[in-house]
Amino acid sequence: MSINLKLSSWGIALLLLVGGCNNRANQVEEGSDKVSGRLNLVKERGSLVCGVNGELPGFSFVDENGEYSGMDVDLCRAVASAMFDDPSQVEFRDLGSQERFVAVQSGEVDLLSRNTTWTLGRDTSVGMEFAPTTFYDGQGILTTKASKIEKLEDLSGRSVCILSGTTNEQNLADRMRKLNLDYSPVVFEDTDLLYAAYEQDRCEAATSDRSQLTARRAVMGKPEDHQVLNTVLSKEPLGPLTANGDSEWFDVVKWTTYAMIQAEELGITSENVDSFAETEDPQIRRFLGLEGKLGEDMGLPNDFARRIIKNVGNYGEIYKRNIGDPFNLDRGLNALWTDGGLLYSPPFR
Amino acid sequence: MQQSDLAKIPWWRNRRVVEIVVQAFVLAIAISIIAWMGNNLSNNLQRLNLNFGFDFLDRAASFAIADPPIEYRPTDPYFRALLVGLLNSLRVMFFGIIIAATLGITVGIGRLSDNWLVRKLASLYVEILRNTPLLLQLFFWYFGVFLRLPKIENPLIVGDRFFLTNRGLDIPWFASNFRTDLSWLAIVGCLLLATAAWTKRNQAIERGQNPRFWLGILVLGVLGAILLFCFGIDWIVPQLQEQSITGGLNLSPEFATLLFGLGIYTSAFIAEVVRAGIQSVSKGQWEAARALGLNSTSIMQMVIFPQALRVMIPPLTSEFLNLIKNSSLAIAIGYSDIYAIGNTIFNNTGKPIEVILLLMMVYLIINLIVSLIMNRFNALVQLRER
Repeated sequence: MSINLKLSSWGIALLLLVGGCNNRANQVEEGSDKVSGRLNLVKERGSLVCGVNGELPGFSFVDENGEYSGMDVDLCRAVASAMFDDPSQVEFRDLGSQERFVAVQSGEVDLLSRNTTWTLGRDTSVGMEFAPTTFYDGQGILTTKASKIEKLEDLSGRSVCILSGTTNEQNLADRMRKLNLDYSPVVFEDTDLLYAAYEQDRCEAATSDRSQLTARRAVMGKPEDHQVLNTVLSKEPLGPLTANGDSEWFDVVKWTTYAMIQAEELGITSENVDSFAETEDPQIRRFLGLEGKLGEDMGLPNDFARRIIKNVGNYGEIYKRNIGDPFNLDRGLNALWTDGGLLYSPPFR
Repeated sequence: MQQSDLAKIPWWRNRRVVEIVVQAFVLAIAISIIAWMGNNLSNNLQRLNLNFGFDFLDRAASFAIADPPIEYRPTDPYFRALLVGLLNSLRVMFFGIIIAATLGITVGIGRLSDNWLVRKLASLYVEILRNTPLLLQLFFWYFGVFLRLPKIENPLIVGDRFFLTNRGLDIPWFASNFRTDLSWLAIVGCLLLATAAWTKRNQAIERGQNPRFWLGILVLGVLGAILLFCFGIDWIVPQLQEQSITGGLNLSPEFATLLFGLGIYTSAFIAEVVRAGIQSVSKGQWEAARALGLNSTSIMQMVIFPQALRVMIPPLTSEFLNLIKNSSLAIAIGYSDIYAIGNTIFNNTGKPIEVILLLMMVYLIINLIVSLIMNRFNALVQLRER
């Protein structure tokens, strides 16, 4: 093409663009307001899209009946119950540790309930908003009894299987650096692969949250050959989270979580919630929505707490059914504040 | 065309004008799509209170990498972690291409062999490897082969020097001291001498002179190189202690899986490219060569393969680029290549767009360099017409 031809086509293209640009700029301004209303989006859609792990027994996994179950799953069902009175109006997306934050950032999932540790970096730099902690955990080490590893120092020079992009990876690096010891990390992206490689003896230890290690140990070929050490490497407060910039939606998720905890404190369970319909106690009346407008102020129906407890249960029931009974883990830090634990809900008024 | 003719054509039928307008329109559409996407991106980043920038690369990495090829500690910045990943990737890419090309050419020629068994085995090799997914093959190599090697307590020892366990392959490696460096230099010198002697020997044959002298120099050079390799270099042989093997170089099972899995997978595709190239050489060449009395090996080496090379190089380039891109599957089996480390970084910092742009640039640059080299090679083997 000759030089004249090329220049002319660029010139006309520029003219067209300048003409079209003004229109486009205006349209985008309007669009950004609509995006921040995730609560309205979910209401219109009629169901919740929840990001979960899918491979972690006790928190989020598919049980023998083909149903998603676990603590994280129950939280999603609680939010769905609060909004739609139907715990099955949830669509679950299995997310790996790599893509979980991007899925929330891009709006692909409404909330992430994926045994994610609350850290400052994730709150600020990654742009996530953490709802109250549902499970206070710590990082631990899983080893075979044959490897004779009893404490952290014994990991010197050994190979350790780790999941990439987790706080576990960083915590172990920090602790070993403090002790000035070398170790050999084998970094996997997929949880199932990690434990498969660990069982095949590729590495002598695996590190993750203690609840995860206990859960995965229970489903190994020979659980009696493995042990979770008593060493706790770090604090791992696990809980649900939403994206930055949407306080309305964040409030819904936050107070759904608190409702489950408050219900246990008030002694309301899924069995006896109906019997409280005639109660005179003002605290319980407000909580269950029999008086006041606590729910309406959030954009939810007033009896959202009753719906949650009726359909899913209070925190104690959820813990017992998912973690207490299957793995025999006692509440420890996950007990109510009145029992010496850390679960404390702000007042519902 | 005459001036009067041009004046009579209306602008909407004037070919030149129409061409310009259509080009401009398409260009405007392309630019506006890109501008819209960029606008969308920046709006969403604003909405989430995230900003776009590369200064996070200076932050401390806080994660460890196993067996880094250069010095690396978790306090080093992300930048250095990416560099370690890049070196790991380059290792796999380089050796992977060598393995794939060697195996591919062998199997490709084998598919056209006169021997029925060789032909059928080569076909089986190609069909199985081409028709199964690469990820599946990698998992097979990892869980089916390299993790099934004996445990560290009783390793498989080959020749008293090579230790095979499910923690990897331990091979003797040289210590970096003066004696080793000197030996390497001397080896290079001997090999250069040998190459020069070989060229001179060929020249002597062509001129009808006695090549024995040059042959002698060649043999001396090769012998010298071998002796220096075995005795001159300071080898460290791996030693088995109770729970570990110290000394020597450890090639992790992840590296071995990626190298062999990727190399063998790509070699099947290269074998087909080689076969196509050889079959593109006309039958007449084979017949003429046989009429001259050359045997099979000489025909392939001196007549057919150089001509086949002209056809083979562009598809071969594609296969090399595929291997380079497929090396990013390292993340699935736990090898810390640049993609795996980039993944960890964007997960920890919450900056997926910047990191992915960086990764794309890296792969693009590596691929462009390889394409450039292969295109030069291509130009070299083309027919020079007068």
